[in-house]
Amino acid sequence: MTATTYSGTANNLSRAGIRVATAGSGRRRLKRLVPVAYILFLLLPVYWLVSLSLKSNQEILSSFTLWPQNPTLTNFRVIFNDPAWYETYINSMTYVFLNMVISVTIALPAAYAFSRYRFLGDKHLFFWLLTNRMAPPAVFVLPFFQLYSAFGLIDTHIAVAIAHCLFNVPLAVWILEGFMSGVPKEIDETAYIDGYSFPRFFVKIFMPMIASGIGVAAFFCFMFSWVELLIARTLTVTAAKPIAAAMTRTSSATGLDYGVLAAAGVLTIIPGALVIWFVRNYIAKGFALGRV
Amino acid sequence: MEKTWNNKAWFMVLPVLLLVAFSAVIPLMTVVNYSVQDTFGNNEFFWAGTEWFEEVLSSSRFHDALLRTIAFSAIILAIEIPLGILIALTMPRKGWGVPVCLVLMSLPLLIPWNVVGTIWQLFGRTDIGLLGRMLTGLGIDYNYGRNPFDAWATIIVMDVWHWTSLVVLLCYAGLVSIPEAYYQAAKIDGASRWSVFRFIELPKMNRVLQIAILLRFMDSFMIYTEPFVVTGGGPGSATTFLSIDLVKTAVGQFDLGPAAAMSIIYFMIILLLSWVFFTVTTQAGEDRS
Repeated sequence: MTATTYSGTANNLSRAGIRVATAGSGRRRLKRLVPVAYILFLLLPVYWLVSLSLKSNQEILSSFTLWPQNPTLTNFRVIFNDPAWYETYINSMTYVFLNMVISVTIALPAAYAFSRYRFLGDKHLFFWLLTNRMAPPAVFVLPFFQLYSAFGLIDTHIAVAIAHCLFNVPLAVWILEGFMSGVPKEIDETAYIDGYSFPRFFVKIFMPMIASGIGVAAFFCFMFSWVELLIARTLTVTAAKPIAAAMTRTSSATGLDYGVLAAAGVLTIIPGALVIWFVRNYIAKGFALGRV
Repeated sequence: MEKTWNNKAWFMVLPVLLLVAFSAVIPLMTVVNYSVQDTFGNNEFFWAGTEWFEEVLSSSRFHDALLRTIAFSAIILAIEIPLGILIALTMPRKGWGVPVCLVLMSLPLLIPWNVVGTIWQLFGRTDIGLLGRMLTGLGIDYNYGRNPFDAWATIIVMDVWHWTSLVVLLCYAGLVSIPEAYYQAAKIDGASRWSVFRFIELPKMNRVLQIAILLRFMDSFMIYTEPFVVTGGGPGSATTFLSIDLVKTAVGQFDLGPAAAMSIIYFMIILLLSWVFFTVTTQAGEDRS
């Protein structure tokens, strides 16, 4: 125990010695400072949200404290005991999940077609898909509302799931195409020679090979559907209302329940925070539609 | 990869085509339809030609919103791109710091947009927010609900907080792909830090930077939820960007004609600027290679 501590100290000392010896060690320390300062800047507002969610409303309003003096889970209890709150959470999860399944399922064959074949108008189609990523959601609010009203789909989970396909299907196609193009074509040909039919080859051999790509595409469909609010809120009234919309309502109606508002915010951050670790190396790729 | 010519591939693309047609083409057609018609209610429409387009294009409200949106996008790009490059350059390349940086920096990207707004709304409040309290404590008269400058500053800092990580992650992805040998060669040549950046790192980041600029331009030009939650477009109409104005016109006032005309102009601006950017950068890339 002591020995390791000593060797550790010695190690640190020698490392510090080397650092002093190298020219520009101050600059290197400065270099470390930039990401650290940036991360602090990122975490501070999040910390504040978490801190507010653990305070009682009296504490929030009466005294200004840097950390909760009497940490309490009351705010979270309010959300988990009130169907008007936790059902919105389930609603969000439902349409996000539906959207993810629809987007990835129909994007898989399309991405395969784009990565393996040339066909009439393929390039135009591929870029036309991208233009949907450039469409401002604000433009689609009114037509979506009328379109889904005409089909009697307002306030259903499937309406939001399909509406979010507007930007998630192109995203899934682009990401999957990137991953599929990394698989050599010889694999396909060998499988056909071995007597695999196309569907069997696709499910048994090809999909396992691009499993990480499917995971990344699914994650980004999940994410973009989860963070979007404008369209989701427009297409829902109560039965399929997303948690994010419930938050805007509460903040304006009561105006005072900051603790519950902060707790709901914390709950919406959790799904993303839980899966970041698994996609950390693919985040840049996903946001850039698989083009990095 | 050599691709085979096969028009049957269309059948594989068909589901995507149908779904995107349903969720993009049909709604856009509705918008086009409204933009050239007028109504007195009762679902009776008659031809209005380019009347709405003329009205929108000549209205000062539209000009102001457009200018605000352009200014916002310009400020965002001017801050986030250099800052993102700087942070990407200073990020560790190996060791335990890499996953820690990646995970923590990705966090804001995965927060629902209106929660981002809520976070900054709470954070900036002068009574219960840490930022507002700190600024007031320093003797600065800060109130994003009353002072247009404070509202703009809050929204810009919020967007920097929300999206700079995207630029960082993209640049970082470009930087780690540079082989170590390049740096060694530069060291032997006695290249300064600036020339390493200018002649090795920047050219290698070229592609990812293009994507970063394109994405940040598009998304900042379309921004709706975050400023809406924080300021609601106010104080007055100081932070009413195009998208906020559009939703107000379409859903709030239900002025279908002007809203539809505005939608089309808005979409066209984004498509045009993105297209120009896309062609310019891809051509520049081809010239060089």
